[in-house]
Amino acid sequence: MNLLSAKFNLALDAFTLKVETEIPLQGFTVLFGPSGSGKTSFLRCISGLERAPEGFLKIGDETWQDEKKGIFIPTNERKIGYVFQEMRLFPHLTVEGNLRYGLKRRNLHNVNVLFSQIVEIMGLETFLSRHPRNLSGGEKQRVALARALLTRPRLLLMDEPLAALDTKRKQEILPYFQRMQSDLNIPIFYVTHSLNEVLQLVDTMLLMDQGKIVAAGTVEDVLSHPDLGRHLGHTLVGTVLDTTVVRQDKEFQLTVLKFNAHTFYVPRRDVSPGDRLRIHIRAEDVTLAVEQIENKTSVLNVLPAKIIETRPSVKDDCKVDVKLDIGCPLLASITKKSLFHLNLQPGQNIYAHIKAIRMAHEFD
Amino acid sequence: MDISSLDYQPIIITLQLATVTVLVLLIIGIPISWWLAHTRTRFRPVFEAIVALPLVLPPTVLGFYLLIILGPHGWIGKPVEEIFGSPLSFTFTGLVIASTFYSLPFVVQPLYNAFEAIGKDPLEAAWTLGASKWDAFWTVASPMALRGYVTAIVLGFAHTLGEFGVVLMVGGSIPGKTKVLSIEIYDRVETLDYSHAHLLSAGLLSFTFLILLIVYYINRKLPVRVS
Repeated sequence: MNLLSAKFNLALDAFTLKVETEIPLQGFTVLFGPSGSGKTSFLRCISGLERAPEGFLKIGDETWQDEKKGIFIPTNERKIGYVFQEMRLFPHLTVEGNLRYGLKRRNLHNVNVLFSQIVEIMGLETFLSRHPRNLSGGEKQRVALARALLTRPRLLLMDEPLAALDTKRKQEILPYFQRMQSDLNIPIFYVTHSLNEVLQLVDTMLLMDQGKIVAAGTVEDVLSHPDLGRHLGHTLVGTVLDTTVVRQDKEFQLTVLKFNAHTFYVPRRDVSPGDRLRIHIRAEDVTLAVEQIENKTSVLNVLPAKIIETRPSVKDDCKVDVKLDIGCPLLASITKKSLFHLNLQPGQNIYAHIKAIRMAHEFD
Repeated sequence: MDISSLDYQPIIITLQLATVTVLVLLIIGIPISWWLAHTRTRFRPVFEAIVALPLVLPPTVLGFYLLIILGPHGWIGKPVEEIFGSPLSFTFTGLVIASTFYSLPFVVQPLYNAFEAIGKDPLEAAWTLGASKWDAFWTVASPMALRGYVTAIVLGFAHTLGEFGVVLMVGGSIPGKTKVLSIEIYDRVETLDYSHAHLLSAGLLSFTFLILLIVYYINRKLPVRVS
């Protein structure tokens, strides 16, 4: 598999970017973290817009930077696409002029086929002769994305492409992202500080804080790692599950989801049976009971579970993180006092009560 | 008023001088403004002050120093005289050099402002799309700075048209060689030939007003407005 190997050490105004990593060039990789954590700087180093002294960067078998050997490929010779947060469309060109700007500068075959394909994917057919100033924020972002894709990049870098848009526009553009991913199969590095976007799109996640990569792995792994709470923000620590929609319950206005053998009830969503829905269960929203009290609780979602381990919370002295097994790990956060009174032990079978379930697109 | 008796030579020389000066100023002014807009040196204010100096310096002072430098004993005039047989003072070339200094801020300032307003962002976007720095300058920065270019050309041209002090010091008023419009007007007034002075002054006034008017109209119409 193709890898991106990078080693950057770059002193910036507020912090130092210090990264040494290997990332598979595949699917959606999100760089997640608070602002000022070095995500954008990392992208800029990859693109060559920033040059880290003594830096090293290899994409697959191409070395783009190796300062020890004096190698630094300038940005315009790197096969990358870059989508900026502020879009940066050229105001003096039409949409088509913007789209063709990069296309003209790379020696590509079948440019017309590529052009119509991307224009179609991004739904820009009717915008071509317009000027960027006459487009809405979401439309501009689609043009910026199409413009980057038209250079046939080996790697697409996206720097908070949705940050400037409101929630409604974000929802409008996300399907284009998904289509792009499934149709074009270009590896994407995506910078964001909004979990909303992450959960809908992402396979792999790099968690950054203060210029360093503090965790890397699948979204499920990173979010369910209790020690990462101080980097993530505690409310995000929890479990991500890929569920399937079973049916709509019209009588109670609920949507029924399935994950392995478990059934979840959530407030009714606009989805169809068979759809995949990624849900997020915060550790704080899971409570534990030693006996089954079905029909004696208002909580809808009760799952049998087995305790894998308990460990004191890193941040909160009165809390304990409990890792449960429900066919996959489920994270719960309870007080030490409860742990003591219930006398919970690893290996014990208990019931997990899930007070709230959030959909991927309900974050922010 | 007798138009047929008008000496057209000063008008032609003035237009030639302004045209050549603007061309020279674009060639040296574009790199200077680009550099000023993008440099990170701490000494930028020093360079900004140097470029703005001709705005406030009395033209006679500028002309005096140029006369010394370009004259037969000056550090530019002397080698030029040794090679070409004549110094630069009191020649058309000398006038162009003097006007270039004199009108420099009028070309550099609008370009510098335009380049600075555009900033680095669109250029970075162009680089990521495969454009070299040179390519991005011509296909992104320059079209976006079109208003700056138009303003620079017109102000440089108009300002050179009206120069007097510097020309007088460096070029004298050799008819058919270095005698420009403003000096011709001065001479006419000195000889109490008010009718020709009127004619030339009114002509210069209307002409400069007209080109400024055109510029402001064009600037309103230009598609790209960088703010």
